Amino acid sequence: MTATRIALMVNGESISADVPARLNLADFVRDQLGLTGTHVGCEHGVCGACTMRVDGEIVRSCLTLAVQADGCAVETIEGLSDSGEIADLQAAFRERNALQCGYCTPGMLFTAQDLLLKCANPERTEIREHLSGNYCRCTGYHAIVDAVERTAKARQRRP
Amino acid sequence: MKAPAFSYVRAESIEHALELLSRHGSAAKILSGGQSLLPALNLRLAVPAILIDIGRLDELRGIKLRDDIVAIGALTRHADLLTSEDISASLPLLRQAAAHVAHPAIRNRGTIGGNLAHADPASEFPACMLALEARMVIRSEGGERRVNARDFFRGIYETALEPHELLTAIEVPRPQPGSRTYFHEFVRRSGDYAMTGLAALAHVDGAQLGDLRLSYFAIGDRPHLARATAYLVGVDITAERIAEAQASLDAELDPPDDQQASAAMRRHFARLLLSRCVADVLERPELAMEVVR
Amino acid sequence: MSRSDQPKGLTALDRPNSYIGQSVPRPNLDRLLQGRGQYVSDLVLPRMVHVAFVRSPHAHARISAINTEAAKAMPGVVAVVTGRELAGVVTPWVGVLSHLKGLKSAPQHAMAIDRVCWQGEAVVAVLASSRALAEDAAEAVEISYEELPAVTDMRSALDPATPVIHPDLGDNLAFERNHDAGAVDAAFAEADEVVEAEFVFGRHTGVTLEPRAVVADWNVGEGRLTIYQGTQAPHMVQNIAAKHLGLAEQQVRVVCKDVGGSFGIKVHIYADEMAAYGLAKLFRRPVKFVADRVESFNTDIHARDHICKGRIAVNRNGLIKAFEIDDLTGIGPYSMYPRTSAVEANQVVNLVGGQYTTPNYRARARVVFQNKNVTCQYRAVGHPIACSVTEGLVDLAARRIGMDPVQIRRLNLIGDDAYPCASPTGLRFEALSHHASLQKLLQMMDYDVLRAEQARLRREGIHRGIGLASFIEVTNPGAAFYGVGGARISSQDGVTVRLDAAGSVTCYTSITEQGQGSEAITAQIVATGLGVSIDRVRVVLGDTDATPYGGGTWASRAAGIGGEAALQSAKALRGNILQVAAAILQARPADLDISDNAVVDPSSGERKIELSELARIVFFRPDTLPPGLQPEMVATRHFVPREYGFAFTNGIQASRLEVDTTTGFIRLLDHWVVEDCGTVINPQLVDEQIRGGVVQGLGAALFEHCIYDERGQLTNANMADYLVPMAAEMSDIAVGHVVTPTKESELGAKGAGEAGTAGAAAAVANAVNDALSPFGVTIAEIPLTPRVILSALGRA
Repeated sequence: MTATRIALMVNGESISADVPARLNLADFVRDQLGLTGTHVGCEHGVCGACTMRVDGEIVRSCLTLAVQADGCAVETIEGLSDSGEIADLQAAFRERNALQCGYCTPGMLFTAQDLLLKCANPERTEIREHLSGNYCRCTGYHAIVDAVERTAKARQRRP
Repeated sequence: MKAPAFSYVRAESIEHALELLSRHGSAAKILSGGQSLLPALNLRLAVPAILIDIGRLDELRGIKLRDDIVAIGALTRHADLLTSEDISASLPLLRQAAAHVAHPAIRNRGTIGGNLAHADPASEFPACMLALEARMVIRSEGGERRVNARDFFRGIYETALEPHELLTAIEVPRPQPGSRTYFHEFVRRSGDYAMTGLAALAHVDGAQLGDLRLSYFAIGDRPHLARATAYLVGVDITAERIAEAQASLDAELDPPDDQQASAAMRRHFARLLLSRCVADVLERPELAMEVVR
Repeated sequence: MSRSDQPKGLTALDRPNSYIGQSVPRPNLDRLLQGRGQYVSDLVLPRMVHVAFVRSPHAHARISAINTEAAKAMPGVVAVVTGRELAGVVTPWVGVLSHLKGLKSAPQHAMAIDRVCWQGEAVVAVLASSRALAEDAAEAVEISYEELPAVTDMRSALDPATPVIHPDLGDNLAFERNHDAGAVDAAFAEADEVVEAEFVFGRHTGVTLEPRAVVADWNVGEGRLTIYQGTQAPHMVQNIAAKHLGLAEQQVRVVCKDVGGSFGIKVHIYADEMAAYGLAKLFRRPVKFVADRVESFNTDIHARDHICKGRIAVNRNGLIKAFEIDDLTGIGPYSMYPRTSAVEANQVVNLVGGQYTTPNYRARARVVFQNKNVTCQYRAVGHPIACSVTEGLVDLAARRIGMDPVQIRRLNLIGDDAYPCASPTGLRFEALSHHASLQKLLQMMDYDVLRAEQARLRREGIHRGIGLASFIEVTNPGAAFYGVGGARISSQDGVTVRLDAAGSVTCYTSITEQGQGSEAITAQIVATGLGVSIDRVRVVLGDTDATPYGGGTWASRAAGIGGEAALQSAKALRGNILQVAAAILQARPADLDISDNAVVDPSSGERKIELSELARIVFFRPDTLPPGLQPEMVATRHFVPREYGFAFTNGIQASRLEVDTTTGFIRLLDHWVVEDCGTVINPQLVDEQIRGGVVQGLGAALFEHCIYDERGQLTNANMADYLVPMAAEMSDIAVGHVVTPTKESELGAKGAGEAGTAGAAAAVANAVNDALSPFGVTIAEIPLTPRVILSALGRA
């Protein structure tokens, strides 16, 4: 049951750490790296609050062990924000008040950006479907769908 | 809700994984995508002594087309099935089913091998494999064996896999040209486990069905291949034929009664899926119409 | 009185550059969007330990033995504590209030001592260096139980044969209220038609995405307990923690930063949270408790769980002659502390029929104990039940007499010109707008067109339904809610506004923020009242050491009460500043105003002196001010409405949906809400409160249900089996407003937090019954699952 040494990139920074096998990636970035923007809502893979990117793809970090991320490139909401990649999406969320308590928001942003990267001009039903694994108790989703839709349209207008 | 302590070994090769399995037996759990195992660990419903991580074994990954078979590596992810052009062209049923498995983030890590070895009776892929007459390629230190899907699923979370064995690939016969597929499930919310679902493969022969495989899920302790199709193959399909088949289907099912759905609902859904499937593959929407009492 | 559509501003606040009525983005959003919020679950303190509770697997059992030796020897374990040991630090409480006459409950301890009364009750606490190690050791605690019969069915809870959960109380009846107004028997005897139904409301819960979280830090050197907690009511927590830990109130500081959802879940005093405070004191170090999701389902308060029989008397001309209800609810083994678990039933009695003119109303409500998790106040307390019963009965009556649901409401809703008036239960309405709201709703939804479409589709075998639900909503509660019953829960709020040396403004408010926009509306109001740009205003909330004393954010009170305090404090500071400005400018204060961060001549708009310059003089060159002038750059004001016990709001919702009569599935197509919360401070925030509230109501209507078995085991305590509403199944929600400001405050704002939840389930249920009307079935049960629909249709 000893710790395993892992080396990975987190938000572009190279990290090495000793982790117990049972430590999941959400708890690893929160507790060991202080990246508390990744939120833990259910710890059994249903609520989507802990969604982050591993090697460019969104994953549930509560359903990923830290040891599985060895050698991977991990992006959390802190890194995604600093990179400027979703600055427009964040601005749309702000303008549309597409968040209230903000707890679901990092996971929601990752999932929305995942859709926007795959589908340039999603219908509202497609947005709802893609976000259907991310629970939000506050907004009723309407504002979030609006914000994602507006971002998609704005990106389409970009030269 | 933290996972219990366990040891962890990353397998360096299939042989290494098999050796570890052979050494640890039922105290070990295979970790592939982890999308079913991790919830069980976090809830402490599973307490393995050791996890054997096969996630880096690239030889278990990928989709290979052979003459009459599509070989799907056990580590092929749900997301791969959803986006693979080979799957779309050869096995559209798997593509249809993959879209219903949980949500994008889960599909990015969940693997077909992990899903089948987990054998959740409400899961989509086991039923697909049954409909497609797939064979499970299973390896152990003693060698390799193949098990037909109908013999592989043995009960709730139970398969033909022995503790020292590893599911390495799934071999799916390519359906004959002109085959039709049908997939539908009744779920309360998108991505949920089904209350009842159907994965079907049909061969349409003029106005008749040359072959029909109706594979139900969330209807019992394992996917169920309907025998009632005997009423529908090689005959002119009428509402009466469908009613006969539905009655026969009803007799062969023994669905559970749980929070998701009552047994009576599952029977009702199963009958509906039968008629809707036949109507869909024959492109005769009138056959799906059910007179509301 | 009522003005339709968005308000332009306020009479009193129709100042240049007013932010009132503007959809100003919330200042705290960027932090949350970047993952840089500070939730309690994120907090780490030096020497902090984590607690995991060993919880009862039984609904009712005697604890015969506890052995903690093996657990104490586990790695990382700091301590293992039983309920008896903790009782030396935390005294027990009884969740009763004197104005709920006859309400009784038993003493409850922070952890069970010799008996457990619901599955999930904490029995032993394990403190360890990590939560995982604490959970490991918790598994090693050995507890022997002697199972006792569990009282689970509220219908039989009062039967003589049913065991009494707390023998000292005599029976399982916690509370009963009877009300009889007008001439009910005569009305039913004389009415053309009487329709009745039994309405069943499943138990559900709040499922805040961030579970309950506490870090309690007892600094023995300072003699102070600092409680970092995601709570809606910091001063209430301060008072109660002090009381039961034997501390003076000033020895307790409650700090509340970002909170991952509340909805009434985080406004109560939970036993396990009290245990965390006590453990911190016992072990003289910070203790962190974050409920995991399974604990949340088993211990966060549940709500609803009512069976309400209702009757309505109606004449063939559509006039409603009387309502009568008999409500029964099961609340778990204890009345929750300190707000009690009798409030929801009491609200049901208060609210049923409250939007209609009939004076004839009889109600009985009984509140019974059971061996399940406690229920208590959750968003829209009692409203969804009262609204579903009232509006369900009204629709049944309309159907019986062959009248359109709109027409029966037109005939019976209290007239918009009838105010002030009172309900049969004595609720006083200052001014409501039922008819204007109904009219606006019909325009928004194009009612006649939809009815025509419905008829056409019905002929094709497609069953769409349209359901209406008008409602009244309790907001801005004064002392009548809790204070009069002896609870030390403030009904007033206070705001301090301070001009700082660089001309910026810091504002301290006693209301709290859990995402509603408290910080934003406070900044809007202060900026407007003072005359500064909003980016100069910084709002501080959630710290009992810093803010004025107040109630917090619950029962839709923050904007109406805390907002008015903000306005008055800003105006007071403006007066103080103008006094100084007048001295500097050798003018009269009355001839000056503040606008756009400068003291101006209000008639010409000429900028006389920048606030930053004025502040520089005040703070750094007071020697240049006239002798005898002492500038006061801070002002504090408090507010509580005194004339009305509550500021009632009103509104109406409509749902349009399609029922697949073959599968029992419901597809939501549209949802509309018109509500009247008085002055709209920030239209976007109000709309999003409404939308979020609607979806919580839709969750209750269609999905959410805490399912207990007959032994009192919660069988779906996880997020895969407890179904919350997700994006794919919800529809867009259109929101409109009618604006009837309250005259109790200058701001005129009433609350808007309950409205969405109050009426959503009723609208959906009425729409489902409308869709199914060709089948001659009526369903009066939520959640409306496919099983319920199919079984009503005789298909499963």
